[in-house]
Amino acid sequence: MAEAHAGPAIELEGVGKEFTARGGRVVALEAIDLTIAPKEFAAILGPSGCGKSTLLNMVAGFDVPTRGHVRASGATVDGPDPRRAVVFQEAALFPWYTVLDNTKFGPKTCGVPATIYEPRVTAVLEQVGLTGFERHYPAELSGGMKQRVAIARVLVMEPEMLLMDEPFGSLDAQTRSVMQELLLSVWERSHQTVLFITHDIEEALLLADSVSVMTARPGRIKKRLTVELPRPRSLEVTMSPRFNELKREVLALIREESLRVAREG
Amino acid sequence: MRRAPWFLLVPLVLLGIWDAAVRWQWVVPGIIPAPAQVAESWYRWIFGTPTRSLSPYSGTWVANVLYSSRRVLQGFALAAVLGIPLGILIGWNRWVARVVDPSIQLLRPVPITAWLPFSIAVFGIYDTSALFLIGLGAFYPIVVNTTHGVRDTHLLLLRAARMLGARRLTILVKVVFPSALPSIFTGLRLGIGVAWTAVIVAEMIAVKSGLGYVLWDAYYVGRMDICVATMFSVGLLGFVSDRLILVASHLALRWRALEAHG
Repeated sequence: MAEAHAGPAIELEGVGKEFTARGGRVVALEAIDLTIAPKEFAAILGPSGCGKSTLLNMVAGFDVPTRGHVRASGATVDGPDPRRAVVFQEAALFPWYTVLDNTKFGPKTCGVPATIYEPRVTAVLEQVGLTGFERHYPAELSGGMKQRVAIARVLVMEPEMLLMDEPFGSLDAQTRSVMQELLLSVWERSHQTVLFITHDIEEALLLADSVSVMTARPGRIKKRLTVELPRPRSLEVTMSPRFNELKREVLALIREESLRVAREG
Repeated sequence: MRRAPWFLLVPLVLLGIWDAAVRWQWVVPGIIPAPAQVAESWYRWIFGTPTRSLSPYSGTWVANVLYSSRRVLQGFALAAVLGIPLGILIGWNRWVARVVDPSIQLLRPVPITAWLPFSIAVFGIYDTSALFLIGLGAFYPIVVNTTHGVRDTHLLLLRAARMLGARRLTILVKVVFPSALPSIFTGLRLGIGVAWTAVIVAEMIAVKSGLGYVLWDAYYVGRMDICVATMFSVGLLGFVSDRLILVASHLALRWRALEAHG
C-alpha cells in the first residue's frame, strides 16, 4: 500500500516548466523545490500568472514538467490518480448529473461496490451540508453549493491528498469564509495532505500549516513560512496578534517581490 | 395583447396578398390558383374517394405522405446511425480525424442534387436511390455538428473525470457524449431539414411515388393547385418532424433547460 510510504507526501525537485507561446519560449516555473509532509496542509501563495496552477497541474498529473521530478508518495507522477483528488476553481461538475450522481461518479467509476459507496456518499453529502439537494442539477445551485459538491465528490474517494486550485477564488467574500470553515472542519476530521493554491494571504494563513510564497514569472518559491497557529482553527484566528504578525511578514515578502518586478520592468 | 396569436399575422397578410393577386389578375390568369382553390383541392386530395373520382389525386394524400415520410425516416436514421458514431470518432481521435475528415470536407460541398444522376446510375429508379440521397444529405450536418460537439468538451470536465479514475471509454460515454449531445441535436435538426429537401428531389426523378413525385407530376399536367398543396404539405411535415426532434432534445437535455432559468 502507498500509505506505508514513510517519506514526504509530495516532492518537487528542481521542477521547471516551459511553454511555447507565439513562437517564443515562456518559462512558467523555474527550479521549484518543495517538500510536503504527509497530513500537512500546505498553501502556495502567489500573484496571478506566477505558475502556481501549473505547479498543481503537475502534481495532479495533468501536466508534465520540462525539468526535474514530481513525486507523490514516493512514486513519480505519471498521470492523474484518484488518490490525488483535485478541486478546481470552477467546480467542473458534470452538468448532466444530479448532485448525487456527481458524487457517486468517482467510486462508481473505480468499481467500488454500491453497498460500500452508498453510505459514504450519504455521509459526505451531509458533512458538506448538501443533504436535501441530492436530486438537484448543478445549474440549480449557487457557486458555493457547486463547490461543496466538488469537495464532496473527491472526499467520497477518501483520497490520500487534496489538490485545491484556488477553490474559493470565484466566490463572494461571505460564501468564501463559510467554505473555508467547512474545509477546516473536513480536514480536522480526516487530515489528508493538502496542496492549496491561493492568492489570498488571509486564506493561506487561516487554513495552512505552511505557506510557500511564490514570485512572479518565472515562478520560484521565494520563502516558506510555518504557520504555528493552534488547531482546530476558526475564523477567530484571523483576529489574533500572531496571525497579524504573519500577515505582515507575508505582505513584506510580496511587496519586496513586486518592487523587484517593477524595477526589472 | 401579449398572448394574442401574433405568429398568424404574417401568414394572413401573405394569404391576403396572394388572394388579391389572383383575384385582380396581378399575375397571368389561369396559372396561379387562388388560396380557396388550393384549399379545396388539398381537401379532396386528402379526403376524396380514390376510385370514384375523376381526379387522379383524389384520396391519395395519406399514401404519398407515408411514402415520403418513410423515406425521410429511413434515410435520416441511416445518416444518424452512421453520422453520430463517425462524428464522435473524428472529434475524439486525432488519427481518425486526419484520415477521414478531409474527405468529408471535400465531398460536403457537392450538392445532393448533383449526386442525382450518379445515384440513379448506380441504384436505379428505386427506393435505394432515394435513401442514398436523403441519407447523404442528412449525414453531413450530423457528422460535422457531432464532431464539433465532441471537440468542444470542456478541458476541466475531462480532467475532473480523469482524476476521479475514469479511463478513456468511460470518459467517452459519460463525459464526452453527454457534453456533445446539444450539438448532436443541432446536427439532427439540420439533418432532418436536408432530408426533406432530399426526399422531394429524389422523388421528383428517382422514384415514382411520394410527395416529390406528385409535385412534378402535377406540374406536368398543369395542376398548380396540387403543386401548391404539396408545398404546404412538405412544409408542414418538415415543421412537425423538427418539432419532434426539439421535444426529444428537451427531454434528453433537461439539465440544460435548468441552466437557462438558473
